[in-house]
Order: sequence, then structure tokens, then C-alpha cells
Amino acid sequence: MAVGPDSILVKNIREKFGQAILDTVIFRDAVSHLIKKDILIEICSFLKEDPALQFNFLSDVVGSDYYPQNPRFEVVYHLYSIPQRHRLRLKVKIEEEEAVPSVTSIWKGADWAEREAYDMFGIEFEGHPDLRRIYMPQDWEGFPLRKDYPLKGYKDRYNPYGEEKKS
Amino acid sequence: MAEKEDIITKEITLSMGPQHPSTHGVLHLLLDMKGETILKADPDIGYLHRGTEKIAENLFYHQFVPYTDRLDYMAAMSNNLAYVLAVEKLLGIEVTERAKYIRVIAAELSRIAGHLLCIGAWALDLGAMTVLLYAFREREMVLDLFEMLCGARMTLNYLRIGGVRYDVQPLFKEKCLEFAELLPTRIKDYEQLLTDNRIWLKRNKDVGVMTAEEAINLSISGPVARASGVKWDIRKDEPYLVYDRINFDIPVGENGDCFDRYIVRLEEMRQSAKIIKQAFEQMPDGKPCIDMPDVVLPPRKDIETNMEALIHHFKIISHGFKVPKGEAYACVESPKGELGFYIVSDGSERPFRVKIRAPSFANLQATNLMCKGGYLADVIAIVSSLDPVFGEVDK
Repeated sequence: MAVGPDSILVKNIREKFGQAILDTVIFRDAVSHLIKKDILIEICSFLKEDPALQFNFLSDVVGSDYYPQNPRFEVVYHLYSIPQRHRLRLKVKIEEEEAVPSVTSIWKGADWAEREAYDMFGIEFEGHPDLRRIYMPQDWEGFPLRKDYPLKGYKDRYNPYGEEKKS
Repeated sequence: MAEKEDIITKEITLSMGPQHPSTHGVLHLLLDMKGETILKADPDIGYLHRGTEKIAENLFYHQFVPYTDRLDYMAAMSNNLAYVLAVEKLLGIEVTERAKYIRVIAAELSRIAGHLLCIGAWALDLGAMTVLLYAFREREMVLDLFEMLCGARMTLNYLRIGGVRYDVQPLFKEKCLEFAELLPTRIKDYEQLLTDNRIWLKRNKDVGVMTAEEAINLSISGPVARASGVKWDIRKDEPYLVYDRINFDIPVGENGDCFDRYIVRLEEMRQSAKIIKQAFEQMPDGKPCIDMPDVVLPPRKDIETNMEALIHHFKIISHGFKVPKGEAYACVESPKGELGFYIVSDGSERPFRVKIRAPSFANLQATNLMCKGGYLADVIAIVSSLDPVFGEVDK
């Protein structure tokens, strides 16, 4: 299904939130909105409750590291509406050490996805009920998917082939 | 015998797995129990974490296809498919009609293989060993078909960006249609063994119940969600490849218990057999790959006779190909649910970021909800009915 600039995914959301939508990109029939962090919870509740949009399914929460750009991280929300059959991508840019509000209060399914983003990138989610590492051991140092984390890991007694840690 | 009130129980925490045979791999469940009742089930995952997403960032686009085989290794074709669709979306290319049908057939065969293993292992976990042996007999036939198609049985690496690796041979078609004809009769056998089996019913009926609202809210997809009554299948709702030209039904459950999840999977296999038959009927002649020498590797025999082909081959293998800057998310209905690849490209030959939306990972979130209040023995049935594959959960 082709999506144009007059689609409800663009129009309805831009009308309602105006200035808080920093950028809208339509690429390969997918709409993504870059939004201000402050309105994340508000916009997510709106997207879920609005009868024309009905984004009731949170497909995924993705962290990305754009090191050495500033702000460094991006958190991407993939939303899907089972009744309306459309998809939307929301993005929030954040600095290092900056927290994002957790959307677990809106979609419970965000729980593990946010834990994964925390585990891999060290992005903090405020209001998450149980934010701890999900894949790596709890005492692991560093965040593996960050761009400045070496592919082979850091050298220690278990990993003789890793890189030396820069102090 | 002691009266019920006389039995003193205290709360204990039981560690189930990661080496437990019925946790389907390396699932580690921390079970808080009072007597035999589960108070809380907390899955602890990550024992198989290999950092696939990090590996992807350091490979050319075409080099990552074999890694996707190792995600959901029970149904490797679906993983291949989701990944190549995402890259093709970024490139803005569409494969040939013939390749689309071949992909549908491959994906449906792998769905059958995945569901057969799910049901076989599930029955084994609940003590019905016969079903596993029968299910593996049929799964073996699927693997033979894969071998005929691409030479590999488990890790197939068959789909390619821009098409499929080899064209379908007449013998494969013949055997595949035979199998599609045979499968429904074999499913009837499983049904005779299980569907009215008193033990099977006792262990699965009203066990691990989840409502449709809970499923949607918890990001559950695939057969697990459909068993709870969520009528949502990506093949129907956002048709990719040629699913919109094929006539098939989406089985939906009512109660959302383990038994419904079993019934839904059986029915899905029947529908898959139906899809395969139709795909062969509709499949046109043509090439298995699109004509795009800078993306698609030339056929092996051309490399030996044709200089251009040799150059293209060398170029792709050693330098890869550039993909336009942008990002794309492509998802397919894998045997476990919504399997999606989100790829961010910075315009170079390697993906900037690959995020795998693994269905088993999201579905495993339902463990606590389903297990709470049940018995320890139910946990086995519930984990089997969720059908997690740890290559995919842990990535």
C-alpha cells in the first residue's frame, strides 16, 4: 500500500502535535516521525486510543547508536495497528546518559524490548518496572552494540583475543 | 493420608533449565512456587547470545544471509526471506514472479518443518513419544525436499538478495506435490493420537490461558496470538510475495489455551500444504533471479565461460554492493509469528544497524502470565505451546 503525504499517518499526527514533530520521512512506503522526547508518552497514548489510528500493537523498540554524532542515540518504536493494518515508526533522539520515558504503561510488550535496548546500548528507560540486562550477565561491563565497543570484545582472562581496554 | 490443611508448604524458587530437556534449548526459568503452584515464572535468557546484530554491522549485505539461518534454525527459510525482503526493500527492487512463487513454497515448507517439530517435541515432553517419531518421519521428508532444492537440509542459505539460488527442478516439483498430498493424511494420524486423547486433553485444555487483549498488549504474534482469537496473519493482512493470489484460511482459536495453540498449528500445516499446491499451479516460467549483475551473483557455469560474469562475481564477493541510504522494516509471518528485520543503511556496502524482531523473543514474555497459578507440570506444556527457538530468542 502506497503511503503519501496526505495519509492519516502523516496528516492526523502532524495536525495534532505540530511543532513537537521534528521531522517526517516517507521512505519505501513507510512513515517515520522524529518526535520530541517530552511528548513520547502523550503521542503513544494518542496513537493507541485514536479510533482512526488504533496502534494497539507495539512490534518492537529498537536502540541505535550514531556515534560520534550528537545526540548519540536513537530509540525507534515500530507500531502496528491490527484493526487498521498500518504501520508507523516513531523516533526519539537522545544524548548519552539521557533517559527516555518507558512505554510499558501503554504496551506491556515493551518490557523485554526496552530491556534489550538497555542491555545493548545502555539506554535508560524511566518508569520501566524491571530494567536490568536481558542477554548479557548482570555484572557485564560495557554495552556490546555501541559503535565504540570492539567487535571481538575487550581482553580479559576469558577472552584472550579481545582488544585492550582504552583507559 | 494427611488432610489438606495439615500439609505445610513453604515458598521455594526452582531453577528449571538451562539444561533441562523440555525447555527447548537453553531456557532458564526461575519458578517461585508454593507447593506445586507457580507464583511467578521469570524466564532468564541469553545463554545462546551470539551478537548476531553486531556481526551484521561488520558484513556485506549478502554475507549476512547464512547467519539468518541460525536464528530460527527449525525454519531457516522464513529467516532468509525476512532478511532478503528487507534488503530488497531498501534497494527498491522486486524479484521475478517465478522467484516469488519459489519463495512462497520454500517458506511454507519451512513452516511445516517448524510446526512438525513443535508438535512432536511437545507431545514428547508430555509423554507421548510416538508422535515425535511420526512427526520426524514427515519432517525428514521436508528436509529431503530442501536437500533437493538447494543441497542443504537445516541451514539452507537458499534465498538470495534478488531471487533464489537455484531454480526449481521438475523432480522437486513432483516430490513436493506428493508430499503436499500426503501431509493432510499424516496430520490425521497425529489427530487420532492426540486430539481426543484423554491425557493430552487433561494436560492442555484450559492450561496457560491468555485472552486476545492480553496477547495484543504483550506483543504476542503468530499462532500463539491466533489461538487466543486475534485474527491477524501478516500473509493476509499485509500480503508480501504472492500471498494475495493464493486462497487459504487463517485458523483462529477461541479459548487461548494450550490445546487451541495445538489445533491452530495443525490447521496451519494443512493450509500450508494447500498453499504449496496452489503455488505450483500458478508458478510461471522465468528466471529465478532478477537481472541485476551488480547485486545478484552470476550462475556458476557462466563464471567459467564468460569474462563479464567472472568480473561481476569477483566484484560482489570482494566489494559487496552499495545500498541506498535510508531505513526499512520488512516482516513476514514466520512459523513463530512476526519476524521482522529493521535495517538502517548509511549508503555503504555494510548495514549500519540491523535489528531483528524475533517472534519467539516477544512471545516468551507471556510465560509468566500463562504459568501463574498453574502447576509445575503445566509449565512444560506452556513452554512447548509457545514454541520458542533459542537461536532466535537469544540472537
